[in-house]
Amino acid sequence: MEHPHSQRLLSCIDLAAGYRGKEDISVVEHVNLDLKKGSFVTMVGINGSGKSTLLRTLAGLQEKLNGDVLLEGKSLSKIDPEAKSLKLSVVLTGQLISKNLTVLELVTLGRQPYTNWLGQLTEEDKTQINAALSATELQAFKNTACYALSDGQLQRALIARALAQNTSVILLDEPTTHLDLHHKASIFSLLKKIANEQHKTVLCTTHDIELVLSLCDEMIVLHNKKALQDTPQALIESGIFDSLFPGDHIHFDQRSRRFLIR
Amino acid sequence: MVNIAMGSVHIPLHAIFDILSGAEHVKAAWSYIIIDYRIPKAIAALMTGSGLAVAGLMMQTLFKNPLAGPFVLGISSGASLGVAFLILGGSTLGISAVFLVNGWGTIIAASLGSFTVLSIVILVASRVRDAMALLIIGLMFGSLTSAVVSILTYFSPAEELQRYMFWSFGSLGDISWEALGILSLCYTTGILLAFSITKNLNSLLLGDAYAQSLGVALQRSRFIILISTSILAGSLTAFVGPIAFVGLAVPHLIRQWFTASNHWTLLPACIMGGALLMLFCDILSQMPGLPVTLPINAITSLIGAPIVIWLLVRKKKLLF
Repeated sequence: MEHPHSQRLLSCIDLAAGYRGKEDISVVEHVNLDLKKGSFVTMVGINGSGKSTLLRTLAGLQEKLNGDVLLEGKSLSKIDPEAKSLKLSVVLTGQLISKNLTVLELVTLGRQPYTNWLGQLTEEDKTQINAALSATELQAFKNTACYALSDGQLQRALIARALAQNTSVILLDEPTTHLDLHHKASIFSLLKKIANEQHKTVLCTTHDIELVLSLCDEMIVLHNKKALQDTPQALIESGIFDSLFPGDHIHFDQRSRRFLIR
Repeated sequence: MVNIAMGSVHIPLHAIFDILSGAEHVKAAWSYIIIDYRIPKAIAALMTGSGLAVAGLMMQTLFKNPLAGPFVLGISSGASLGVAFLILGGSTLGISAVFLVNGWGTIIAASLGSFTVLSIVILVASRVRDAMALLIIGLMFGSLTSAVVSILTYFSPAEELQRYMFWSFGSLGDISWEALGILSLCYTTGILLAFSITKNLNSLLLGDAYAQSLGVALQRSRFIILISTSILAGSLTAFVGPIAFVGLAVPHLIRQWFTASNHWTLLPACIMGGALLMLFCDILSQMPGLPVTLPINAITSLIGAPIVIWLLVRKKKLLF
């Protein structure tokens, strides 16, 4: 038996995330999360509920306002960037800066933390890159430039880059926006597979609540500046989804696990 | 070699070989022209072209903006300001013309000017987190300094104005071996710094957030890039005057031709490409067969701009 704490990869204690200014504006407060090894966790909430902000804070890309983020039990702010890049990778929203990169070049950049200052690839690097391309079914597109990819393929390429980085934690910000139902489902099942089979912790934000209810191991619901973490079933039973959206238009049907419009 | 052979004084090719191999029987005047004028000029051209191209490449990647060049940070305007103060303001302020005689005055003034403006920009850069804001600040400093230069020119006598104009045309010619030594020291430092940061430049292709997640210390990398660029562009501008176009266009030409994004390809390619383009422009500026030399600054734009336009029209897309 492993010690329960060794299962915790990413956690946060009394975290407040938001934006610094003359007066700090917090988007979420008093957040206590605990992401376990090998679990696929999704984060849901309405627009502006702070999903991206919290995710960026967890990734250390944005300064926290209060509390602490722990990566393998160590405060994230005390881990230097290079050591962090070996443990935590991200897939972000927004356009790539250089879409002239081929898929292979993009995925290869995921190996940057491992290569020497010349960026030379070892056999191990090549193996990891190939594995990442295969897992995302992108072998056939590896010499295609990113601007020529479809949205779904580009998203898979970005995930492949994170996979090549071979970190124990992968954080993704809305990886399924702009995708059709088929591609949404394929991205989510890919993420679940990565988490469960490669024993990584995968956290992604999404608006596709119905879709991930049956797929993810745990969910984080952001509501009224608070964050609730539990299994999908427990969250459904708690009735949180009924009050998730403001107004009376949307109602959650527990039996069919669907949102219905009144 | 072709570059050395060209000039307003015609020197036969076999004589050049004799001079280079140290033969004694050639004319002393020819030998002087070759050793003390044309060879330094060729070396200056090589360093200018490659240095500015590398500086441009780094700026474009740092600012994620294909319009960025080594001069966006106000380097050339800073140098212009320094020189303008020296030449144009010299009579008013009473600075002795002794400096101007040996040419060192211009170099010192240009260096001081560009480094002053750059240090202000770098100081601001440490407070501004957004690269685009930094770009705009650099451009603003550019406008600011050119406004001051305009005011100075307005109050200057025609003779001084002409001298200032000549400097702003750029010249590879007036470089002594001594000056070349100082320039190559700056050049080597700048290029080595550029190579030291190449891996991080590749990470920056994905944007700041991804670069950070790949272990790039963002502030430090940005600082090294700025320092390297300012050393390269600042020293080159000081010695040969503001050379337009090369820094902006060569990285584009290289990217289009190689269709590469990896800086381990782009950086050496820019060094080669920039150097070749500059040598070629220098040959043209000497107008083979004619006894006049055209301003190099005009030639680089005259040659380069149509090439970039042609490439973009043909490929229909600006790859970055």
